[in-house]
Amino acid sequence: MSEISALIVDDSSVMRKIVERALRQAGLPLSKVHEASSGIEALDLLKGEQVQLILSDINMPMMDGLEFLRQLRAQELASEVPVVMITTESSEEHVKEAILAGAQGYIRKPFTAEQVKDRVLPLLGMA
Amino acid sequence: MATPARELLQESTHAFHLDEAVDEVFRLMMGISCSPLEESVAEGQETITAVIGLAGAMSGVCTLRCSVDTALRMAECMVGIRPTGLDAMVKDAIGEVCNMVAGAWKGKHGVLAAGCMLSTPAVVTGTNYQLHMQQQEFRIDHNYRFEEHKISISVICESVQ
Repeated sequence: MSEISALIVDDSSVMRKIVERALRQAGLPLSKVHEASSGIEALDLLKGEQVQLILSDINMPMMDGLEFLRQLRAQELASEVPVVMITTESSEEHVKEAILAGAQGYIRKPFTAEQVKDRVLPLLGMA
Repeated sequence: MATPARELLQESTHAFHLDEAVDEVFRLMMGISCSPLEESVAEGQETITAVIGLAGAMSGVCTLRCSVDTALRMAECMVGIRPTGLDAMVKDAIGEVCNMVAGAWKGKHGVLAAGCMLSTPAVVTGTNYQLHMQQQEFRIDHNYRFEEHKISISVICESVQ
């Protein structure tokens, strides 16, 4: 199994740590984990870094996760990279909005490492 | 025509859903159980309070208040490292717990799940302060215990559409 590089976008450094821990518990062979605290920071980072997986919060200051996703797709940055939204917003409407914006997966906070594994591994062909 | 949120929100279910939401967040994110507590949480010591604003179908706030020692323990449970003091990481952790409780609580009310948005967290530290709102539709004040620690969580609804 080849190693992958991931980007975690969340304004909370605690949540970024928890998501990284969940990815490692899921058995993902991570070579590097990049972090960004907003959509703007994530877009800047992706201009110089290649990643194979993006996990992003939605409710963030400066640029929220949905706008980040729209910009990501519009700028054709990491266009083939699966994006999973991790958020407290859990209604069908929010899920539909995220999928329309280009997300491949959706995880509701609070979550378990098992849920992260179930959503993320199939997107990387590792299920 | 859509049914107004006020008619769909039953007073009796608010509190039960808050207890469920709190337990869910503590079990999944910290691996510990957190249960309702009848007695009040001691006043007078320095506390840390996280505040999440709610807007849309319901306007109001969700707050989580606890002692500094309790906040340190919650942060330790979340990241696996004991913080040495009330630093930015601890405030971040408490804000996230409050955010997840508010999200899980509103997610249990169909009309609020999609129609009510959450703000990013604000954190207040100090002693014996009170939160005032101009008007109040309803208010839930519940105390909880995890391990030997106590926390207070409130949902204060200013208005419902």
